[in-house]
Amino acid sequence: MSRGGKLVNMIIGLEVHCQLDTKSKLFCGCSTDYRDDGPNTHSCPICSGLPGSLPSINKKAVEYAIRVAKSLKCEICEESEFSRKNYFYPDLPKGFQITQYDHPLALKGILTIDDDEGLEKIVRITRIHLEEDPGRLVHKGGVDRPKYTLVDYNRSGIPLIEIVTEPDLRSPQEARRYLQKLRATLEYLSVFDSEKEGSLRVDANISIEGSERVEVKNITSYKGVEKALTFEYTRQKNALRRGQKIIRETRHFVEGRGVTTSSRSKEMEQDYRYFPEPDLLPLRVKEWSEKISLPELPDARRERFIEQYSCSPIHAKTLTGDLKVAEFYEKVAKINPVLCATWVADTLLGELYYRNMSVQAVPHERFIELIAILDAGKITEKSAVEVLRNLLDQIKDSGICESPNECIVRLNLGKTGGDAITKAVGEVISEQKTAIKDLKNGKKGAMNFLVGQVMKKIRGRGDPQEINLLLEQALSPGDE
Amino acid sequence: MIDENDVRHIAELADVTVTSGELKKFTSQFNTILEYFDTLDCVEGVTNERTDRCNNFREDEVTHSLPQEELLANASEKEEGFFKAPKVM
Repeated sequence: MSRGGKLVNMIIGLEVHCQLDTKSKLFCGCSTDYRDDGPNTHSCPICSGLPGSLPSINKKAVEYAIRVAKSLKCEICEESEFSRKNYFYPDLPKGFQITQYDHPLALKGILTIDDDEGLEKIVRITRIHLEEDPGRLVHKGGVDRPKYTLVDYNRSGIPLIEIVTEPDLRSPQEARRYLQKLRATLEYLSVFDSEKEGSLRVDANISIEGSERVEVKNITSYKGVEKALTFEYTRQKNALRRGQKIIRETRHFVEGRGVTTSSRSKEMEQDYRYFPEPDLLPLRVKEWSEKISLPELPDARRERFIEQYSCSPIHAKTLTGDLKVAEFYEKVAKINPVLCATWVADTLLGELYYRNMSVQAVPHERFIELIAILDAGKITEKSAVEVLRNLLDQIKDSGICESPNECIVRLNLGKTGGDAITKAVGEVISEQKTAIKDLKNGKKGAMNFLVGQVMKKIRGRGDPQEINLLLEQALSPGDE
Repeated sequence: MIDENDVRHIAELADVTVTSGELKKFTSQFNTILEYFDTLDCVEGVTNERTDRCNNFREDEVTHSLPQEELLANASEKEEGFFKAPKVM
């Protein structure tokens, strides 16, 4: 991790829980579309754990899980089964969670990511299993000093897959990249919607080589993983430097404060008293894997973008790292795919991120028009950025925007014609005597200054190369 | 056989307080229950081998959930549509 100083190895393994995007829950027919509804409106005797209710397995959830397992090159187990994990906590009304324990659905896969040097790295997947999501708890009076707890069982029973890695990750940045790649893969498979709140949760195991490992729970975002692990690494390193021992414990990530706090969990593995779920029959679904066909995944799409659109490898990686961005790019890459790749990957994504907007909000036609105008040389790049910003602001405010052409006319951003530039060049030459002297004395920076002065006069609507040329011509010795 | 320590541990996991009297009583009751299993083991023709049955699925179809009032009908305490529970953290 630390460069130059003493090398301290960080060892990270992740357990990622993803909600599968089925219509109904894992063991009952309650709808999974609960986010806009009041508490306890998507629950029934099965997912609220009433005595005598009988779970039955959602076939689609198993198919989705196998799709994920196949894409991560896992082995689907000949037979897998559900178990009861017993614990006493109100997020599960039955007193146990139905999960998979010693016979998970799939074992031994891989996911390829970039390491911190940009080299390809294989992260080993230990296992993938299916389980039910617990209910949601609201701690009243704050996490630090709660007075009581409110329980909502709408989330209880949503199908989850847990994807567990070997301790192969070596930095918080690698962990973030692993998550981004995993998210992209799941979205390409159409089994997961990352925009749904709480659809992905992470537990991270982190240790410093030679010390005990600490489990950090309650990480709910991609940025959160990097933050939690960076905090935890610093905490452990400092403790070791002070001669303290790292104790094996579970810690809780407090997103708002960016810290982890000790949450003494009293349960040990044997306290969960796992046993096979007697209400469910085992799964023998290994052969399903052959019948399930996988769509084009991020790596394959990246190669195709390089081939088909002549994207640079870096642009291709950015564009394919998110399914929605990849789909947007393919819709707008009509006129000049390379220019388009630059504009989507370098400009649009940054502007969207700044406004906390999704690429789905951007109308394809408007973007295509803007690129066409830019490609035809009718506006400068600088003006095109201004148009884009204007359009995005309009979409953010009202959901719709004017056409790029209307925007160019309204803001008077059309490229300034030859006469206006020549006039501005003339004015600058008569005004900036000192700079011209500098230039003649060989000071190269003076030319940039002069171009800047001309640009200022025509409000950035000129082509810098053209201005440069005009200035050079005007200042060439023959004209003196 | 289990002893009072086992019962105390299980009570802790379930967040239940037990008096020393109850501890004695529950230990003996737990052991009586466990003895039933010894009896079951003696029944002829009963094996714990797994059956060949597997893959009992339902299709991914949405069915009705309970109305909120009905779901909360047996709750001893509730607040704004939530079950209300003692603090757990």
